Amino acid sequence: MWFMKKKSSGDVAKNRLKLVLSSDKAGCSPEIMEQMKNEIIEVISKYIDVDTEGLEFKFRNASDGSNSLLANIPIKEAKGRRRY
Amino acid sequence: MGEVIVVTSGKGGVGKTTTTANVGTGLAKLDKKVVLIDTDIGLRNLDVVMGLENRIVYNLVDVVEGNCRIKQALIKDKRYNNLYLLPSAQTRDKSAVTPEQMKVLCDELKNEFDYIIVDCPAGIEQGFKNAIAGADRALVVTTPEVSAVRDADRIIGLLEANEMKKIDLIVNRLRVDLVKSGDMMSSSDVEEILAINLIGVVPDDENIVVSTNQGEPLVGSDAKAGIAYMNICKRIMGEDVPFMDLTAKKGFFSKLFGKKN
Repeated sequence: MWFMKKKSSGDVAKNRLKLVLSSDKAGCSPEIMEQMKNEIIEVISKYIDVDTEGLEFKFRNASDGSNSLLANIPIKEAKGRRRY
Repeated sequence: MGEVIVVTSGKGGVGKTTTTANVGTGLAKLDKKVVLIDTDIGLRNLDVVMGLENRIVYNLVDVVEGNCRIKQALIKDKRYNNLYLLPSAQTRDKSAVTPEQMKVLCDELKNEFDYIIVDCPAGIEQGFKNAIAGADRALVVTTPEVSAVRDADRIIGLLEANEMKKIDLIVNRLRVDLVKSGDMMSSSDVEEILAINLIGVVPDDENIVVSTNQGEPLVGSDAKAGIAYMNICKRIMGEDVPFMDLTAKKGFFSKLFGKKN
């Protein structure tokens, strides 16, 4: 965390719960998540040079109660594209 | 025609049996005719919490197997003559009863009693299926901990899949001091995550330990948990009772000037 604010453990519990419940509901075990992640990287890597180190996959609860899967995929540099 | 209420939680040790004993006794105090059913076959507990362990002759399995009539197995409470217990069997296992048998039993008891409170075992297997089979509504008990809330969420999903008509939430064993310091989820946090109606918040109270030791439910006493349980009973009966001020997140001024509790 770049802002120096210590989160209370009650808030940590709430956030952890929200995430674990949405992954429970999606029926997605950690192994399947890992597999999905690798397949997505594989596809994207065909076209773009991605930074596999900084990759991030997570479930997020929206304020309206809906869930979404967020993928943050840092790009190293576009393949074959001319630099300006 | 009575109403069948199942008390369930998924996780063990969050206070299902204590809740069953106190809600049942509270409803009896409010002049309702009540029977409590312990469906935790093999791990009988409600009898000791009610202080009726010495009076058991027949049990739930005897009733469904036809070894006795229902009335023979019902134990009258020590203090309230409109309160009864149908104890569980200690030497059998969950498969001794089927959901169909439970439904028949609950339907029969509905003719006699205003409320039939079913104490559900922990878990989501046969015992859970038996306990919810004849129920009209459910009380889901949880504590403000990640493990208990996660299991409660699973239970709510299963109750909804089984078309339970009414599902209410009880947040048990809330530590007001920890909620204030930010180290425990508040009842509204839990309510927000589970997204069902909150029917009661029971504070962590050492009087519960004493009352369980003595086998006398403390509902209706002036202990905080006793008041909380009585409020739950009134809400079950449809009364609109305001929540005790236990967990309200205090604003700046009330923090400065508010009473300490």
